[in-house]
Amino acid sequence: MDILITHGPMLVMIAAIVGFFMAWGIGANDVANAMGTSVGSKALTIKQAIIIAMVFEFAGAYLAGGEVTSTIRKGIIDPSYFTDIPHLLVYGMISALLAAATWLLVASALGWPVSTTHSIVGAIIGFAAIGVSMDTVVWGKVGGIVGSWIVTPLLSGVIAFLIFNSAQKLIFDTEQPLRQAKRWVPLYMFLAGFVLSLVTIKKGLKHIGLDVGTVEGYVYAVAVAAIVAIVGKFFIARIKFDETADKQSHYVNVEKVFAVLMVITACCMAFAHGSNDVANAIGPLAAVVSIVGNEGQIVKKAALEWWILPLGGLGIVAGLAIFGHRVIATIGKGITHLTPSRGFAAELAAACTVVIASGTGLPISTTQTLVGAVLGVGMARGIAAINLGVVRNIVVSWVITLPVGAGLSIVFFWILSSSLG
Amino acid sequence: MPNNSILGVFAKSPIKPLEKHIRIVNKCARQLHPFFDAVKAKDWDRAAKMRKEISQLEKDADALKRQLRLELPGGLFMPVDRADLLELLTQQDRIANKAKDISGRVIGRELSIPADLENDFFKYLARCLDAIDMAADAINELDDLLETGFRGREVDLVEKMIHKLDEIEDDTDSMQIGLRTGLLAIEKDLNPVDVMFLYQIIEWVGDLADLAERVGARLEILLAKN
Repeated sequence: MDILITHGPMLVMIAAIVGFFMAWGIGANDVANAMGTSVGSKALTIKQAIIIAMVFEFAGAYLAGGEVTSTIRKGIIDPSYFTDIPHLLVYGMISALLAAATWLLVASALGWPVSTTHSIVGAIIGFAAIGVSMDTVVWGKVGGIVGSWIVTPLLSGVIAFLIFNSAQKLIFDTEQPLRQAKRWVPLYMFLAGFVLSLVTIKKGLKHIGLDVGTVEGYVYAVAVAAIVAIVGKFFIARIKFDETADKQSHYVNVEKVFAVLMVITACCMAFAHGSNDVANAIGPLAAVVSIVGNEGQIVKKAALEWWILPLGGLGIVAGLAIFGHRVIATIGKGITHLTPSRGFAAELAAACTVVIASGTGLPISTTQTLVGAVLGVGMARGIAAINLGVVRNIVVSWVITLPVGAGLSIVFFWILSSSLG
Repeated sequence: MPNNSILGVFAKSPIKPLEKHIRIVNKCARQLHPFFDAVKAKDWDRAAKMRKEISQLEKDADALKRQLRLELPGGLFMPVDRADLLELLTQQDRIANKAKDISGRVIGRELSIPADLENDFFKYLARCLDAIDMAADAINELDDLLETGFRGREVDLVEKMIHKLDEIEDDTDSMQIGLRTGLLAIEKDLNPVDVMFLYQIIEWVGDLADLAERVGARLEILLAKN
């Protein structure tokens, strides 16, 4: 108990540094997933992708990152168990952060795809269940989180399938695909803008002191979506088309229209990723800050400290700035066989799924939704070839991440608790 | 290509190389025209040079075929059946092989086309090459077919092309009958062994159109499954 009062500031400091490190890892590691499809389909240059990612990841983290944070902070573990031993919870959260960040670093170095969400959830369960006691974990909640890892890829796969099929029906399989594209693409932009702004308004604006009513929320969301669509239409009108309007080139022109849409969905994806994944870094940090701030009291309702979300956002942006460039460059070199019309369907579906799920407060894996969405577009016969071997490796790495994250966090937890007492 | 990203999921598209392959095959068969022009002029040096070009293009097509086969490992999820795609590739490749056989046989025996048949023969050759052109056009629609998810309008368009290909092949059949009749009328004035080989060349040139039609048929099977 005294340890928290004497070493409180130091513990918060350590947690903040490790949390920042974790956020930095998320930025460096996941940028490829969030922006890769846009760069791969040549809709954006690397520089543009980095700038968009920075702006929208930060906005997503700051405006809509609060909801999932609270789940990570107090949903997985039953805080009432720690009433008498709050310092163990502090150590545990720091260990979990350290474990997840270490695993991210190792996996990124080895080039394995890992899910940041899985690593932090595994780490928290690890120290709580093994380091303290099996009863400390709210297994029902954990079951829900693990269940969401199956449901969300499915959901985003279905959404991607529907979006891509609708694009085929409305645009590609018509007499004049280009005219149809000009007509319908703004509608997809509207959809993207609507989903995103709605979630932001409903979930994110509370903690910056703006509370909007339900009806007002919808009105604002429609307004934002309309603005997005109009701006998109303006850019579509400015595209220089190949005027040799023979059959050969008209799908090329259609893809140019979709490239504009791709820019918007890339913004959505970055926003969604920021809103969902920032919690993985700052959830445990918020828990530490709240316990130390209340001198060992574990309060049920603690408001997020003002500096925590920006710290996480900055961490992600720093990771992007330093490492993202390299990661995206590697992608740009790898020839991806992905056109904007497919990339948009996958990204929009993934982004929608992430923001919907973030709204429920469940920490889901962005990587998973994206893989689900890609498979969905593939099912709609929109991708020439999907490498199932790679899909299998990604799935295997998800499964491995849980025990590894747990094991690492147990080790760090024992080190911390034996050295600090 | 880092495999720590989602983009490793996208395997190399088999469709672009398949289109490239038929373009090479078509170019290879097209060389038969200047080749037979040289034969007609009895310019055997030029004919030999043309034969080298045909042979080289056939090798290029082979190399691309092998690369494509390696690029399509079992673990790919594709909008079209892998076996159908590879079968289509095999059919395409046979056209180049046939063109090489024809030029080889003609050079090997310094076999010239009898003056009475020359006109008809060149018409016949051109028509057979048209069939290959048509097949190549149909295959070149594959990427657009992918755009529309192998559905609707685009499929109808390709079906029309395949139908047209069948008509061209029919033409070449009746032309072949005409050529054989012409050869029958003059064969007793020619070297009997040469006549045997002339019959064979006529048949082989006709095979070019047959093989092109078979490419169309394979493409049709590919579409029918979708």
